[in-house]
Amino acid sequence: MNDYIKIAKNGLWTNNQALVALLGLCPLLAVTNNIVNAIGLGLATTFVLVASNVTVSIFRNQISKEVRIPIFVLLIASFVTIVELLMQSYFYDLYLILGIFVPLIVTNCAILARAEAFASKNSWDKSALDGLMMGIGFSLILILLGAMRELIGSGTLFDQSSLILGSLGDTLSVTVFNDYQGTLLAVLPPGAFIGLGLIVAVKNYFDLKKV
Amino acid sequence: MHSTGLNTNQIMRQVIYALALGVSASYIFFGWGIVIQILLGVVSALVIEATFVAMRGRPVLESISDGSAVLTAVLLAISIPSIAPWWIIVVGVAFAIIFGKQLYGGLGSNPFNPAMLGYAFLLISYPLQMTTWPVDFSAFSQAINIIFNALSFDGLSGATRLDEVKIGLSLGNNLASIQVHSISQAWINAGFLVGGIYLLARKVIFWHIPMAFISGIVVMALLVLIFDSQTHLPVQNHLMLGGTMLGAFFIATDPISASTTPKGRLIYGFLIGVLIVVIRNYGGYPDGIAFAVLLMNMTVPLIDQYTQPKVFGRS
Repeated sequence: MNDYIKIAKNGLWTNNQALVALLGLCPLLAVTNNIVNAIGLGLATTFVLVASNVTVSIFRNQISKEVRIPIFVLLIASFVTIVELLMQSYFYDLYLILGIFVPLIVTNCAILARAEAFASKNSWDKSALDGLMMGIGFSLILILLGAMRELIGSGTLFDQSSLILGSLGDTLSVTVFNDYQGTLLAVLPPGAFIGLGLIVAVKNYFDLKKV
Repeated sequence: MHSTGLNTNQIMRQVIYALALGVSASYIFFGWGIVIQILLGVVSALVIEATFVAMRGRPVLESISDGSAVLTAVLLAISIPSIAPWWIIVVGVAFAIIFGKQLYGGLGSNPFNPAMLGYAFLLISYPLQMTTWPVDFSAFSQAINIIFNALSFDGLSGATRLDEVKIGLSLGNNLASIQVHSISQAWINAGFLVGGIYLLARKVIFWHIPMAFISGIVVMALLVLIFDSQTHLPVQNHLMLGGTMLGAFFIATDPISASTTPKGRLIYGFLIGVLIVVIRNYGGYPDGIAFAVLLMNMTVPLIDQYTQPKVFGRS
């Protein structure tokens, strides 16, 4: 049991892929200009992480060591294709907004890193948990960064939620500051770098305080 | 800068005195706005600097009395439109001091010119407020109303000359049919030029950067004129419009973020001048001093490395 708690803690905090490993920065920085995009990409990435971790773990004894990386990539690419087709059919508008960043999940180093570092050495249940926790940890940072940038950049939260939740989403959209003209920089790429830097700094602050 | 024999506080003080002429010129043409902006900027700079230095556990009094936060605020207040709403200068100063200076480790560790970082932040984030310039004198009560109550007065605001030239050219007009001179901006630039010469005379700044800066503008402006004199501003207009003189003598010469070797200063200043003309002619924004300075700030470590003076006696 202790193992599982450790895996969970590892994924969510100690070895958070976005904050500690700093992997997957390209989608992290590119699509976090609002919460909805962040949730969309977070869910897709988490699904791929869990699925690839489980498959890699199940077949870890059959995959020959020499060609393991190409095989991992093939497995990951298959799951990304599944996600992409699913999004295309059920969340078409979101799919259009996320654009190239959905297929680019294949190249997200976080996924390959977990397959190589964890799933290829552990049982499938642990690998599934690891994938889930790493995915959630990554998604939480995506969402936090998305929330920061949306709030500062345009003064709203959950804007365009209908892309994910349908008509229910419209009620969720909050305009936090009325009559706010927006701070464009937060929505532009520099805002992503500054925002991520601040989140990493806060994490380091808490880690240092504990020691 | 220590070779000038002045300490940080004295340098900052001299620079602020030298700004007085240009600021007066702006006051004569556009009224009280600039005075209010400077006061707002200085007060918020002191509060923000003190708060952050205290949070970092450093001596507060020493830090706010070195004058660097005040100078950053004054430079930023002069650079923005004098009729911008009050929160523009407060947010800009906050960004300049927190992100431009304190997060890098305080005065001396900042790779970028804090005032220009604040300016670039404001220009990118609030393009509307940052491109609405005064065109006429506003009395004290008018300026207060514009800055604090967001009231607008017809005929008091508009684009700058550089902006108008850019728009005119983009509409397909040629230079002959566009007003390219601005008496008010020429006087303000002249004010900063005299202030800059005072700084040179007092040996607060070295001649390399301003000279190279202005030569960079002249050379590049002449070069583009050779290709097409119909759609490019004449050299004298580049020198007397926008923030040219303020940039040459007060902004590019920041001792911390500028190059520190004599040869390096020449390269640094010259390339800023070149970049300014390039941005003014081909960029999306009407003036480019902030972007040019920030871009060259990034190259300073490289410039310094390759322009180290030879140590005497070694080959």
